[in-house]
Amino acid sequence: MDRFSWTSGLLELGETLVVQQRGVRLCDGEEKLNFDRGVLLLSTHRLIWRDQKNHECCISIPLSQIVFIEEQAAGIGKSAKIVVHLHPAASNKEPGPFQSSKYSYIKLSFKEHGQIEFYRRLSEEITQRRWENLPTGQTIQVNKDPQAGRIRAVGIVGIERKLEEKRKETDKNISEAFEDLSKLMEKAKEMVELSKSIANKIKEKQGDITEDETIRFKSYLLSMGIANPVTRETHGSGTHYHMQLAKQLAGILQTPLEERGGIMSLTEVYCLVNRARGLELLSPEDLVNACKMLELLKLPLRLRIFDSGVMVIELQSHNEEEMVASALETVSEKGSLTADEFAKLVGMSVLLAKERLLLAEKMGHLCRDDSVEGLRFYPNLFLTQS
Amino acid sequence: LPQAKYKERGTVLAEDQLAQMSKQLDMFKTNLEEFASKHKQEIRKNPEFRVQFQDMCATIGVDPLASGKGFWSEMLGVGDFYYELGVQIVEVCLALKHRNGGLITLEELHQQVLKGRGKFAQDVSQDDLLRAIKKLKVLGSGFGIIPVGGTYLIQSVPAELNMDHTVVLQLAEKKGYVTVSEIKSSLKWETERAKQVLEHLLKEGMAWLDTQAAGEPQYWLPALFTELYSQEITPEEAKEAIP
Repeated sequence: MDRFSWTSGLLELGETLVVQQRGVRLCDGEEKLNFDRGVLLLSTHRLIWRDQKNHECCISIPLSQIVFIEEQAAGIGKSAKIVVHLHPAASNKEPGPFQSSKYSYIKLSFKEHGQIEFYRRLSEEITQRRWENLPTGQTIQVNKDPQAGRIRAVGIVGIERKLEEKRKETDKNISEAFEDLSKLMEKAKEMVELSKSIANKIKEKQGDITEDETIRFKSYLLSMGIANPVTRETHGSGTHYHMQLAKQLAGILQTPLEERGGIMSLTEVYCLVNRARGLELLSPEDLVNACKMLELLKLPLRLRIFDSGVMVIELQSHNEEEMVASALETVSEKGSLTADEFAKLVGMSVLLAKERLLLAEKMGHLCRDDSVEGLRFYPNLFLTQS
Repeated sequence: LPQAKYKERGTVLAEDQLAQMSKQLDMFKTNLEEFASKHKQEIRKNPEFRVQFQDMCATIGVDPLASGKGFWSEMLGVGDFYYELGVQIVEVCLALKHRNGGLITLEELHQQVLKGRGKFAQDVSQDDLLRAIKKLKVLGSGFGIIPVGGTYLIQSVPAELNMDHTVVLQLAEKKGYVTVSEIKSSLKWETERAKQVLEHLLKEGMAWLDTQAAGEPQYWLPALFTELYSQEITPEEAKEAIP
């Protein structure tokens, strides 16, 4: 920790911010310090740490001080860490929080995660050494002390050997995984080819294949994650799975829809359903494909797509056009309303409030005033007072 | 009569192939199970491996995230990982929409999602977020990915952002704001065109106007305010996030 210097935290000319991460603790070797919660910034030239509670407390270290870095996985009760091995401090270094340290490395402890991205970027910067090409205003100290260099060489050889062994081990694991993955993908590719050939046969025959066979084929495609090459749709992209799902949704969504005035956006539905499930979640496509079958299966809900592309689920009993009449009343009472204001008044999401006002406008009941202050709707007096 | 025979043949051929596919599917399932038993952890823990896996799937024409019912999702658990991430992304975007008009940098989204996931959750990379967002697009609520500078802006509202808007966003990325003069000199546009684009961003709440800036008015993008990264999502904002 004696390699750090106090800094204002402002970037120099020619220095660019690469990535930053909150919730990082600094440790001097194995010892915890008072630097327990800060924002860690990586620039092209330095690592900067600023205390989250006390912004005045800001320290930095040039990237050129770094010998190499290692990852340390998280454990029970322990955050993931990056260990940064450092050259000894330069004799002409700017003053910092510590005069001396018995460790030649520091640990960055990621209490709020982000270590994967940070490690990747830090590795890149250390490899690219961009600070050498972009001289900055401040002279960044690089250790040029020859005696320190000799001491450094001895200690580091052991560490480097350990690192090399670890790298070989990791490489072996990864290459085995990749090998297995490649073999698996070869087999998956065969499945894709076969499905294309079947799809072509179906296209050629145009009606000689039974409904049942089509459904079977679609469910095979679903299992493999292969897009349906047959454009001819009998149940949307539906399979038995989607039909089941549609029925389940009708059950799950009845009450929530009633609580929300009979209408919900598909995104709301996605979140609601998946949060309730916890496991074996639905993909967005599963949800859309199931919803496409609601009307077909004569369930009490339906999918509706507005002109804007916004997709909603409505109760069959819900009539958006009737809601427009009451929306008109509300807008008239207030003189004019924006989507935000209307949403708050009525207790709807802004997204759906906007759609309702747009629909009212389409039906001729409202007029818009579109200015930089926002989109405001007024009762259409042209219609009523003409 | 010969025609009828040919027709019959045709049906039989497809049936044969379907039966073949069914058998191969069972075999594939077994292979995948074996792969999962050895490498499931690798996928969970190693984001680079996830990227490799996704890229290979894409190359052969397979989408492992298409359905929660797919083999990939069921056996490798990739589905739940990304679908849950999707929910978290939607929640963060909803909570912050009133601040930034529905535009947020991938960095800030990443920070906020990590915070929301808590200490003991699996770490996620920016690549993971992008894949989850690509899936969310299908729900029709306006999710989009806009490349700017070296990163991305994530759109989460169904506002129309065409090429002109995108290019101005990219220009604004460097400093967090942009002026009409800068647009005119960098992009060689007329004043009218620049103004139209900026007004659209203002209307959508994605840009704020600073008329007191020295020189000419500056159009700031709250999505690009670096200082806001450290701001927590307030309880009121969190309520917005859960409909």
